[in-house]
Amino acid sequence: MVSTSKPLSGVTLGGAQKLSVGQANYIMAVTKKKLVDLYTRTLKVRLFEEKVWDLFGENLVPGTLHLYLGQEAVAAGVTAALKKSDWVQSTHRGHGHVVAKGADMNAALAELLGKRTGSCKGKGGSMHITEFKAGVLGATGVVASGLPIAAGAALSCQMRATKEVVACFFGDGASNNGTFGESLNLSAIWKLPVIWIVENNFYAMGTPIALTCPSQSIAQRAEAYCIPSCVVDGNNAVEVYEATIEAVKRARKGGGPSLIECQTYRMRGHSRFDPAKYRPKEEVDFWLSKDAVETIQNIALEKKALTKKEAKDIRRKLQKEVDNAADFAVKSEYPEPQEVLDDVFAGVA
Amino acid sequence: MPEKTYRDALKEGLREEMLRDERVFIMGEDIGRNWGGAFKVTKGLAEEFGDDRVRDTPISENAIAGAALGAAITGMIPVAEIMFGDLITLAMDQVCNQAAKLRYMFGGQTSVPLVLRSVFGGGKNLASHHSQSLEAWFMHTPGLKIAVPSFAYDAKGLIKTAIRDPDPVMFFEHKLVYDRKEEVPDEEYLIPFGKARVHREGDDVTIWGTFLMVHKAIEAADELAKQGISTEVIDPRTLVPLDKRTLIDSVKKTGRLVLVTEETKTGATTAEIAAIVQEEAFDWLDAPIKRVNAPDTPVPFSPPLEQAFIPDKDRIISAVREIV
Ligand SMILES: Cc1ncc(C[n+]2csc(CCOP(=O)(O)OP(=O)(O)O)c2C)c(N)n1
Ligand SMILES: [Mg+2]
Repeated sequence: MVSTSKPLSGVTLGGAQKLSVGQANYIMAVTKKKLVDLYTRTLKVRLFEEKVWDLFGENLVPGTLHLYLGQEAVAAGVTAALKKSDWVQSTHRGHGHVVAKGADMNAALAELLGKRTGSCKGKGGSMHITEFKAGVLGATGVVASGLPIAAGAALSCQMRATKEVVACFFGDGASNNGTFGESLNLSAIWKLPVIWIVENNFYAMGTPIALTCPSQSIAQRAEAYCIPSCVVDGNNAVEVYEATIEAVKRARKGGGPSLIECQTYRMRGHSRFDPAKYRPKEEVDFWLSKDAVETIQNIALEKKALTKKEAKDIRRKLQKEVDNAADFAVKSEYPEPQEVLDDVFAGVA
Repeated sequence: MPEKTYRDALKEGLREEMLRDERVFIMGEDIGRNWGGAFKVTKGLAEEFGDDRVRDTPISENAIAGAALGAAITGMIPVAEIMFGDLITLAMDQVCNQAAKLRYMFGGQTSVPLVLRSVFGGGKNLASHHSQSLEAWFMHTPGLKIAVPSFAYDAKGLIKTAIRDPDPVMFFEHKLVYDRKEEVPDEEYLIPFGKARVHREGDDVTIWGTFLMVHKAIEAADELAKQGISTEVIDPRTLVPLDKRTLIDSVKKTGRLVLVTEETKTGATTAEIAAIVQEEAFDWLDAPIKRVNAPDTPVPFSPPLEQAFIPDKDRIISAVREIV
């Protein structure tokens, strides 16, 4: 990781992209086993989200939905660099973070459908999808609200001397909120074991980054807080993984926070009914050609970490898991009305 | 029993809990060794427990509350301080959208054992940004518990209970009671949440109030006694959970109720209490419920204006006389 941030070569932020990354400068010492892990995680999130999209099409998903489709390599690369006991803080676009961190897919899908078997007993839904025991601190409906919580969780890891780290996901849009500055600063002055993961998909709803961010990259802002940062291709799980590994190492050693800007793109609109007409066609085409699943699959095949058959077998197995999860979710019961009163307080009130 | 100030009683409670449980730590602006808190509640604690456990923060209210929350759900017991109650506005998201709701929206997967201390009230000519009483906002947010100690004895017992509570507790203090003294045991004791303290027993009228207004109500009750009016004075000590039983029983006995707080009148905690009493004890009321509050204005600066703003003993006495 470089200590100063640099934008990816050829990127014009927020406009039509000509991104020339993914050259053969990655894959330093990534093992074959890890490449398979990255492929599996990326694909698992993809298949999960495609299933969510189907269920949504069948009108089984109430409320709104922020799909993670397109950004899978970010969640995969980051979580592959973490231990199970490490934490992630999620966002409103959180399905991918939760699934990649190892949450139970049955409970995750049931939650999206509002079922009592959901990980939040149907109280949270898409925007609050969380599985605490898998190491997810929470998904949040308030953009940028996860950053202070992640800082606090990292402070807790530091004070309890657990050697655990916290990876905090947030969007390009979130980086314009006050919590960004407050939290980065806290993490820097206290050398907290936190990794700030910016998922720069170049839009906050319909607003392109060029309208809201004066600098060439968001990573540049980390310099003001003396936090080492880098920019990586967020559609390449290996690049994300390598950057995260380095940041995790620093955090575990007591070296403090890092910031990784992962440049990526939504395959779909922002939310439920957004056709995303505001994005230029050539920009969309460019990013679709850099598909996260294909990218990691090609690398794994090229590095002989996988055969085509093995890749297919993994896909078949994951698809079955996802299908079963959907089955479980659809068949599960809705909560009883009186459950509205449950879980306000842990103690008596 | 030794007399202690409210400030020292609070500090004693904090100190005992930090000695008892090493997960307890304090964070906030200027709470550490250089200053000891804007109202000196934490003075000396950094020297005793170190700068890690008595942690000065930058002026980042939302991050203070949010970081306390993050620490609370991962195994620590933070006591965060927001220097003035008015400044909780900068942390409203973390307090009201996150801490209050986390357990519920995650289906009981976690709980949030965090205490957020802050201070309300006027009387020091600190004007509109350092004098407000905003407790009703938090009473209107399901998921938060609210302690409102008015006396030194309660301050110590309640802060200890707050720290041991598994839920987020808003612990509100009052600027003008820090120096007031009361007998406070040296040894440990806890005061359960949801149990009011009855300061005066009486038959003719009930006064329910919080913070400095409890002290004013007691003065009013003593004066009214000389005029032959027997007044019961109730201090709820916590707003959530709320001791309805003590209040309702008192109203059933006296048939008359005066509510007094330093809040601006519209939407104040007194409005909620009035609604509860008419729902649950309407048939026992012999007169309309009276509310004594501040006017619906920002808190003014100039001494005569601020005096006009904050309710006093005389206003309480006239309210009582109107219904007795
Ligand atoms: C504080 C806040 N403001 C506005 C919104 C409405 N909103 C939801 S998502 C979103 C855009 C977020 O953009 P970004 O952080 O880049 O994340 P992305 O959706 O691109 O993943 C907005 C404005 C919100 N939920 N919270
Ligand atoms: Mg975005």
